[in-house]
Amino acid sequence: MSWLNAKIQDLFNEPACEKNRGKDAKARKQGCSKPLTPGAAAGGCAFDGAKIVLQPITDVAHLVHAPLACEGNSWDNRGTASSGPTLWRTSFTTDLTELDVMMGQGERKLFKAIREVKEAYAPPAIFVYSTCVTALIGDDIEAVCKRAAEKFGLPVVPINAPGFVGSKNLGNKLAGEALLDHVIGTAEPDDAGPYDINILGEFNLSGEFWLVKPLFDRLGIRVRASIPGDARYLDVASAHRARATMIVCSTALINLARKMEQRWDIPFFEGSFYGITDTSEALRQISRLLVKKGADPEILGRTEALIAEEEAIAWKKLATYRPGLEGKRVLLNTGGVKSWSVVHALMEIGIEIVGTSVKKSTPEDKERIKKILKDENHMFETMAPRDLYAMLSQRKADIMLSGGRTQFIALKAMTPWLDINQERHQPYAGYDGMVELVRQIDLAIRNPIWRQVREPPPWECQLATGDEPPSTKSETVTVQSFKKFAGTTADDFGEC
Amino acid sequence: MVRILPQTKAAAVNPLKSSQPLGAALAFLGIDGAMPLFHGSQGCTSFALVLFVRHFKEAIPLQTTAMDEVATILGGADHLEEAILNLKTRTKPKLIGVCTTALTETRGEDFAGDIADIRQKRTEELAGTEVVLANTPDFEGAIEEGWAKAVTAIIGSITRPGEQARRSKKIAILPGWNLTVADIEHLRDMVESFGLEPVILPDVSGSLDGTVPDRWVTTTYGGTSVEDIRELGTAVQCIVIGEHMRRPAELLHRLTGVPYAMFQSLAGLKTADRFVSLLSAISGAPVPAGVRRRRAQLQDALLDGHFHFGGKKIAIAAEPDQLYQLATFFVGMGSEIAAAVTTTNMSKILEKIPAESVQIGDLGDLEVLGAGADLLVTHSHGRQAAQHLGIPLMRVGFPIFDRLGSQHKLTVLYQGTRDLIFEVANIFQTNRHAPTPEALDPFRHREMPDELRSSPFARH
Repeated sequence: MSWLNAKIQDLFNEPACEKNRGKDAKARKQGCSKPLTPGAAAGGCAFDGAKIVLQPITDVAHLVHAPLACEGNSWDNRGTASSGPTLWRTSFTTDLTELDVMMGQGERKLFKAIREVKEAYAPPAIFVYSTCVTALIGDDIEAVCKRAAEKFGLPVVPINAPGFVGSKNLGNKLAGEALLDHVIGTAEPDDAGPYDINILGEFNLSGEFWLVKPLFDRLGIRVRASIPGDARYLDVASAHRARATMIVCSTALINLARKMEQRWDIPFFEGSFYGITDTSEALRQISRLLVKKGADPEILGRTEALIAEEEAIAWKKLATYRPGLEGKRVLLNTGGVKSWSVVHALMEIGIEIVGTSVKKSTPEDKERIKKILKDENHMFETMAPRDLYAMLSQRKADIMLSGGRTQFIALKAMTPWLDINQERHQPYAGYDGMVELVRQIDLAIRNPIWRQVREPPPWECQLATGDEPPSTKSETVTVQSFKKFAGTTADDFGEC
Repeated sequence: MVRILPQTKAAAVNPLKSSQPLGAALAFLGIDGAMPLFHGSQGCTSFALVLFVRHFKEAIPLQTTAMDEVATILGGADHLEEAILNLKTRTKPKLIGVCTTALTETRGEDFAGDIADIRQKRTEELAGTEVVLANTPDFEGAIEEGWAKAVTAIIGSITRPGEQARRSKKIAILPGWNLTVADIEHLRDMVESFGLEPVILPDVSGSLDGTVPDRWVTTTYGGTSVEDIRELGTAVQCIVIGEHMRRPAELLHRLTGVPYAMFQSLAGLKTADRFVSLLSAISGAPVPAGVRRRRAQLQDALLDGHFHFGGKKIAIAAEPDQLYQLATFFVGMGSEIAAAVTTTNMSKILEKIPAESVQIGDLGDLEVLGAGADLLVTHSHGRQAAQHLGIPLMRVGFPIFDRLGSQHKLTVLYQGTRDLIFEVANIFQTNRHAPTPEALDPFRHREMPDELRSSPFARH
């Protein structure tokens, strides 16, 4: 466990994190995960976070060393897409029983499980996840993985992120560390070239990275490893030969990006594929980094040409939604504005942002939000479900964009809602993705159900009559006779 | 005699089970004003919560004691107390249902003692809120056991003990977890049509039936009231649905003397007949015309539907009582059970499953044993096996996350059996293969050894 503690301390000391740089040494040591309040906590655990990051690697067998709940309650629940292997969707768990826990059979069972998976599925690698119970009973998954890797001749990677060590975010980072310690750099590609890049933190939700990848293809840029979305084990293992890295969901894998820069001199930048200007900027930055690392500078011109062409098409498509959406009020409830570019595009077609959560925003972000919002009061840290419900019930927004956690607050308040979080079913990345997002907003707001559900039933207008239904209570039959009957039925009906 | 085959694999492949605390939480969700609380790390709650939401498409009240590293080493009593007090202040529940998890049970603390201490120390703050404990480690049991343990705990800590004056029209009903919202509503209507007053525990029809309340509520809204649970002892008769509910029924009997009648399943004509006869006998009322009509409809459905069932091979993976319910239904329609997979070996009902063997296992086992079957029957996670095998899937149980309205599907008594017949027959009709000359050619398999030959009529 002390190894794990050292690892966590190291993660909290992340120099590439903007927020972290602003803290003093003491605050930094305390880490970025706030202590949870029992009875008032939300969100997943570290194991959840680790699995989210690693499971989209499609050809790996993910084996969860735990009693049932950790995997049994959570498998096959993410909308990431694969263009080939489906093994990542098959669930493997040691499903520890009481006997396993009591008799200390955990390690042996894990070893046997690794053998079974290897023999039945022959995956290129097996990832083994530790969890609360197996960490608590002291199962040494590192040793088991090492022994299994030697014995069975394939990489068996220990993922040490038991739930109780912290939040989902910490688990994301521990997963990145595991890749760094055990996977990246273990295979040498025979086709490394000057246009190879990595994308980190892209999950390929609803296949949305496939809206972006053709743009790279057009520019002759090869995505060596997209981690983790639609990745293959060998791509990840040879990711150290890329020339540049783009990090998409910065909080999740920033440690991985920075350490890859340290170790293999791969420069990185944080960018986003959400929104038109951000997508363009991402393409631009990648080309620039590649040129800096020795690629032919002519790519810069080609990149600009592609951007100009694609932007023109996207803006033209978006303009068609203006008549329907102009003046519509959007409430963003995402814990922070994740992409200014999306806000920019929405405002460009006349949508108003009437409120936003600033829980995860930096001071600069807050300044920008103040300028956008008409009323400063609608900038909130967090809003209690009840208050959010009240705001939406009073029709202070035409639609809420948020994650699944607040979905039912909007729906029960009879307000249009659009999922812009990881459980969503629509791809929103790239130029086409932005158009799709606006199309979905339009569809949600204009759906004819809203008028129907908000309308009270016609009889509500009439005065309530106050008639009680006639009483059905009757105590006339004797209790005794029932008792007699009931006594016999217990047997008579016992073998139905 | 059915053989019950224990699990011998070390790696479970595509779990069939959902966890025991999840089952307990589901039971607590059937109580009005309730807030289930998992005593474990935040992930335990988060996973169960997401699964509930995917199934019910509802906001689900479910909280966590948020055990961290320190509490895991030093003990979780403080976290439990803080969680209970926070929930009391923030959500004012009538009942807090504490479900332990593998994490806290592996530590092995005296939870009952902890809760007794908390209730004593905080009597004033906790006034008006029941705190009920269900010991539900994830490393044993599944939904069925969790549900039954929670109901047992609810009766044990709330119901007023001792023989009481019985109310001749009052019936207590303890439904198994596999009854849907529609099933519970239908049961209530049926019982009331005999002039009887049912108290159903738990009653998910009031809390998980998908309505739009006129305000934001953080606990459950609807379900069995704590007051009704307290007065269960005044029922004249208890009716129990599912073998796994025998324990709570026996406890109720021991505490209050209320006798129980056991129905291991409520699907099928004869079972429904027994149920209706019991109601008629208790109430002294004749069977209402509407019920007779439903029975006639079922008779007709049996006649129309049996063509589609005869000789079909069915592969089912479900929790024990639901497996029994479905297996007897299919066998009663002329099908055979080609594969039966279940979650745990703790239930007596397994001995009565009409199949050659019952495998304790997972959906990986279903995929192996169900090859060659005509229909797979399990929850939504079976979609992968169905796809791999090219066999249609009938979704039952929990979780069902890729279909809407599973909670409104009726599966019990005349009407539910009728609906089940139609659903299965329609799946078969949708997947019927058109005849081809190749498939029917009498010489097509002649060169093959005998055991590989199969009848062209065996499939659809």
